[in-house]
Amino acid sequence: MHESILAYRKRRYLWIALGVSLLAIVAYLFDDPQEPSNGGTVLGYTLGTTGVLLILWLTWFGVRKRRYSSTRGTVQGWLSAHVYLGVALLVVVVLHAGFQFGMNVHTVAFALMVLVIASGLWGVFIYMRYPERASANRDGSSRPELMDQLEDLDRRAQRVAGELSEEFQELVESGVSRTQLGSTLWTRLRGRDLSQIILRQGGKTTVMANPGQEAALDWLANEQSRAVDADSLAKIGELSALIRNKRQLLRQIAEDLRLQATMEIWLYFHVPLTAAMLMALIAHIVTVFLYW
Amino acid sequence: MSFDVVIVGSGPAGLSAAARAAELGLEYVLLEATAAPANTIQRYQKGKHVMAEPTVVPLRSDLEFSAGTREAVLGAWQDGIVRLGVNVRYSAEVTAISGAAPNLELTLADGEALQAKAVILAIGLQGNPRKLGVPGENGDFVQYTLDDPDEYQGETIVIVGAGDAAIENAIALARSNSVIIINRRDEFARAKEGNLNLITRAIEDGSITCFYKTNVASVDASRSIVLNTETGQTRVNCDRIIARLGAIPPRGFVESCGIEFPSDDPTTLPELTGRYESNVPGLYVIGALGGYPLIKQAMNQGYEVAEFIAGNDILPADHSILEQKFRSLPFGNDVDGTLSLIRKRIPLFADINGLVLRELVLASEILTPRAGDVIFQQNDYTNSFITIIEGEVSIETDGGKSIRLERGQFFGEMSLLSGRRRSATVRASVDCVLLESPRREIIRLMNTYKRVRRIIDQFFIIRTLRAGLVPDLPFDKVAAVAAKTELKLFKAGDELFAEGDDGDGLHLIRSGSVSVTRNIGGRDIVTTYVAAGNYVGEMALLGQAKRSATVRATVATESIFLGADVFQQLLLSQTGLRERVQDTMKDRLSENLRMEAAPDAGDLISFLMQQGLGEATDVLLIDESLCVGCDNCEKACAETHGGTSRLDRSAGPTYAEIHVPTSCRHCEDPHCMKDCPPDAIRRASNGEVFIEDSCIGCGNCERNCPYGVIQMAGEKERAPNLISWIMTGRGAAPGQRKPVDASGAMKKAVKCDMCMDLKGGPACVRACPTGAALRMSPAEFVNLTKKAS
Repeated sequence: MHESILAYRKRRYLWIALGVSLLAIVAYLFDDPQEPSNGGTVLGYTLGTTGVLLILWLTWFGVRKRRYSSTRGTVQGWLSAHVYLGVALLVVVVLHAGFQFGMNVHTVAFALMVLVIASGLWGVFIYMRYPERASANRDGSSRPELMDQLEDLDRRAQRVAGELSEEFQELVESGVSRTQLGSTLWTRLRGRDLSQIILRQGGKTTVMANPGQEAALDWLANEQSRAVDADSLAKIGELSALIRNKRQLLRQIAEDLRLQATMEIWLYFHVPLTAAMLMALIAHIVTVFLYW
Repeated sequence: MSFDVVIVGSGPAGLSAAARAAELGLEYVLLEATAAPANTIQRYQKGKHVMAEPTVVPLRSDLEFSAGTREAVLGAWQDGIVRLGVNVRYSAEVTAISGAAPNLELTLADGEALQAKAVILAIGLQGNPRKLGVPGENGDFVQYTLDDPDEYQGETIVIVGAGDAAIENAIALARSNSVIIINRRDEFARAKEGNLNLITRAIEDGSITCFYKTNVASVDASRSIVLNTETGQTRVNCDRIIARLGAIPPRGFVESCGIEFPSDDPTTLPELTGRYESNVPGLYVIGALGGYPLIKQAMNQGYEVAEFIAGNDILPADHSILEQKFRSLPFGNDVDGTLSLIRKRIPLFADINGLVLRELVLASEILTPRAGDVIFQQNDYTNSFITIIEGEVSIETDGGKSIRLERGQFFGEMSLLSGRRRSATVRASVDCVLLESPRREIIRLMNTYKRVRRIIDQFFIIRTLRAGLVPDLPFDKVAAVAAKTELKLFKAGDELFAEGDDGDGLHLIRSGSVSVTRNIGGRDIVTTYVAAGNYVGEMALLGQAKRSATVRATVATESIFLGADVFQQLLLSQTGLRERVQDTMKDRLSENLRMEAAPDAGDLISFLMQQGLGEATDVLLIDESLCVGCDNCEKACAETHGGTSRLDRSAGPTYAEIHVPTSCRHCEDPHCMKDCPPDAIRRASNGEVFIEDSCIGCGNCERNCPYGVIQMAGEKERAPNLISWIMTGRGAAPGQRKPVDASGAMKKAVKCDMCMDLKGGPACVRACPTGAALRMSPAEFVNLTKKAS
């Protein structure tokens, strides 16, 4: 209970992965083939077969993760093993190749495998670091709660604007309807604020970018400086305070979206790369047997 | 006018009675206060699926009824009314019933009087809507219900009331009308939280106008309402007034007819004979008012009661079920004989009414364990109540001793009252015949019969004392001590006692749970959580005269209070008691030291207690320092439960990286179980609170759950084959299945069942790739304070 995938069950799968790697290294060191070490020797075939089996099993994780009523271990255990044995695969395959690389289909398969493993390690790093950051950023609120708070601020701003002139109402209305954070994974990842606002200046209306509510706050500051009666001055001040709160909240939400997207983005590499590697692997095996 | 029988109320029970009366050729009339039959069912939403539980009972009526949509059910009854020529008078409200058979007299709202030899009351439990109580309350623009808010556009509508119904109407009408709401108080204190937020917002942003601390003075036929506000009278013009002031429970009216109730408890049912006759001769009570909330039961009773009144001695529809139940028993085949044998043998049931006993036995199981069979195991979560009709059982206590119980005695009251696991294993000593009654029936019995409550309470206290404190004291001595104890009730947050108080006694927690708080360096720190079945307050009684900590109820809690003098007497009379209590105290003190060293841990526990987890038995928590937000827990839940997830991961509060998602915590005394007409919510022996297929979709449990973890869900489309979905992407992704029936008419309540049917246990936890999802009981919360590695 309460342990990370790396620490899972006293690092059981780390020791298994180390065992597998060590076994491969020892076999490689003691092996004395009649030709230079490569995939075609007895050990080469053995390591190659081990590698393929490992790859198939590692890929099967995508299935096991979704077999929700399976009683074969827990998904956490599977992921822990997936991580450690995935790294051990690198050792097994390098020894299988006997450190021979070239400009050929075999090395393409190898290179893709390295990319898959690298993207996986990136994922491990993210999984170890980001949940805490995301939790700290949300600061005890849940995402739905943050959205509720945003809605609440908008409503209060609308109410205050309702007591001011039409320009203010237009400012708040457009600010509400045109607030836009991360519509795509990419904008979320970059934490970009694509919000806009409609401003009325000198009789004409302009649509302006409003990242961090800056345009709105600038416009309000301008109005505040020119207001004459105490009542509207107080109301503009109140409106400005609400929008400053909104700015803070938007930052928090954008950061939450960014962290969440970071926790997902690596999979957009890991999974397609796996598919590509499987294709290359088939090509590698077919070629080997064709030229046998 | 004079009749053989007048039937009041045209719900399922009354309609069925009238149909039978018509077939039997009785002189009868069916009176209905509203303009259409079956008012309660008329008010169901359009297309709602009506279930026909209990399936084991056959329908016995001249009208048809089977599970189907609201329209189909009502249509079949309407056809029956026409086909049989049922004599119904609509808009005929009965205001009084007096006299007794054969001279009963009914007074109608318009002053007309009817004479009858017999009257059948089948008015249900819904009651009449409470009226404004001011001049003009019956004006043609004043209404007390609202069926379809979209019927009204562009009107000025005044809503009177501050409950959920008033708020829901106001919000719905405000979309296309100008709405004014009248609240007698200065806040909406009675409303559910969701509604409270909606109405406060609507008032803040001006879409609804609210008059607080305002009463209605009068209603003018010229379409205006006069209000008494804090600052004086004011008149508001309007197109329509909708008053939602709740319903007047029918009990007052029923009592005014002369019918007696055995106690003041609102759940009490009137005393009836086996023929549904009340204490007023000739006045019969059937349907929900008589304690039978299901449509089929009510229709059967309508049929039977008309037969009884016609002088036909028929057997009740459930007769064959009882016969079946009793078949394997060595008491002969006579149902009534067996029932009276049960009553004779079990003193607890000596005084209860025949119909109630019959219903109790119907709802119960007859167990026939052989010598040596286990009836229930210690730590099982079952909460049924068992009486011994024949044979003998032994209760195996922790100390290796066993207590013998014989014919006529009962057991199982500990779990029944505390909601905790079974405290001991019970085994049949010889071949037995036992009656195992569901908790709900016994609670109802206890509420109705003071004597039953007194006896069960007394045994609970005696057995608790023997189990925890004085195992060797003879029964009569424990009974003498028990007589000196006091049952105390606390609401959530109430103090049992405060730090620094004089130690006046010991509390044995009977149900609920408490937290112990100490003030250290000016800060209140929760040092421990004590569950039902344990005691608190021992420290002040062993030497230290002042309370060393504050003890608060985390949820509604009952305790058995032993005064200091009684406890001192016990200490003298029972050897070893002092040592046992001292051991408990030592454990508490070392726990205190541990928690004081880590004050933040105490804050986490008090946060969890604030979420109502003091009454939980098994709760899903998420360690946010490990959660990557992949929602695999929700997907696993949905895919192992027909496509609907019973948990909402992202909702809910978080403290110190521990997140409490919206998910069932399997309460010790589940709120959802309180009002389930088909009794479909059960607790399995491992503690899972689950909903059976017999759910009729009424939504009571959804409303009663304070934690919002029950939802009404319809059937979802079938999941595609996983491999083919991965390869082709065709079909619904895990957790994304769409409802089969878009109208959503046939919905049943769904909630977490802790995956009791899955071998591996809860799928949410097993599917979490990072180990962030945890399930635990409140006693394990202290483990959370150790950080993730």
